[in-house]
Amino acid sequence: MNERYSRQQLFAPIGEEGQKKIREKHVVLIGAGALGTGNAEALVRAGIGKLTIIDRDYVEWSNLQRQQLYSEADAKERLPKAIAAKRRLEQINSEVEIEAIVGDAGPEELETIAVKQRPDLWIDATDNFDTRLVINDVAYKYNIPWIYGACVGSYGLSCAFIPNRTPCLYCLLETVPQGGLTCDTAGIISPAVQMVVSYQMAEALKILVEDWSALRGKLVSFDLWTNEYAAIRIDGVKKDGCPTCGRHPSYPFLSYEQRTKTAVLCGRDSVQIRPPARREYDLNEVAELFRRQGLQAEANPYLVSVSLGDKRLVVFRDGRALVHGTKDVQEAKAIYYRYLG
Amino acid sequence: MTLVINGETVAVPDEVKTVGDLLAHFRLENKLCIVEVNVRIIQKHEYGTTALCDGDRVEIVHFVGGG
Ligand SMILES: [Zn+2]
Repeated sequence: MNERYSRQQLFAPIGEEGQKKIREKHVVLIGAGALGTGNAEALVRAGIGKLTIIDRDYVEWSNLQRQQLYSEADAKERLPKAIAAKRRLEQINSEVEIEAIVGDAGPEELETIAVKQRPDLWIDATDNFDTRLVINDVAYKYNIPWIYGACVGSYGLSCAFIPNRTPCLYCLLETVPQGGLTCDTAGIISPAVQMVVSYQMAEALKILVEDWSALRGKLVSFDLWTNEYAAIRIDGVKKDGCPTCGRHPSYPFLSYEQRTKTAVLCGRDSVQIRPPARREYDLNEVAELFRRQGLQAEANPYLVSVSLGDKRLVVFRDGRALVHGTKDVQEAKAIYYRYLG
Repeated sequence: MTLVINGETVAVPDEVKTVGDLLAHFRLENKLCIVEVNVRIIQKHEYGTTALCDGDRVEIVHFVGGG
């Protein structure tokens, strides 16, 4: 028995057999913020085979209160979250293969992973429903379970969606959430994060050891400040006409029209812009370009950050950019094209 | 009327007659919610017509985006 996992193996529903299964599994984590870092650490300590982490952002000081894998040095360097997370996770458990992807989790990216890598599980740690509906489509199209999790303030909720066993997120929502509804600016306390991580991770372990009968089968929610708890069985909401899990699925969130090029980042006063085609920027050249215009540009191997009065433009190697200090897509685009057109 | 909402016994005003009224009472009408009454999930188009009775067990979960 490997000492490292002895306590987990002593837990009867997992045992030695379960540990072997966990070791063979590949989990894809979408988002490396609060929920992402909590899930990542738990998965890596549990001894999965491979973890893929996708995140489009970099570490900031405001993350350190609850995003458990990051340090002050990461925030100072503005390290991409996927990279900073990988570094820390490799210190925690060198036996686990960690793949870090600095980029957007769009339909193309997730379908590529589904086809080429056939992962065993997706864990949602994103901050928006656009991405969740893409995950939902990819999960049902390729028959790979996924686990929803979200939190704001002292409130949180979670649900596991299993193709061929449970209805999907679209069945539950019935409608597509409008932008403003999904953006939460009410702050967050770390116990709400940890609680959602616990719900997600418990269902993840059941899925990884293939103990299907142990799955909760419920949408759960809690508020740790008002001391409320609710749980709803989801098996009754499956709809035959659902475009994702119904009889004739069309997976609408994977269609070309859904491949949005811009996105307003929740609660961040920032807009992300994706170039029409993937490119590979030489970041030193980009930094030089800004400096020649008399601008203050800072670079690390993954991004260049430049101050533009009350706005800040951050350019990643893949050509993606974040414009901070605005929620206006048109204004953000104007800034992007002025400097990178 | 007294309802058991998310496991807690709660008295609601007499104006609350349907699921739609209840969501409005809690200012959840514009939130994305799942509502279950006596272990049956209520579809959104039924909110206005689903009457609530004294002692009904109601579970309300609202979706949020953050993570
Ligand atoms: Zn569905």
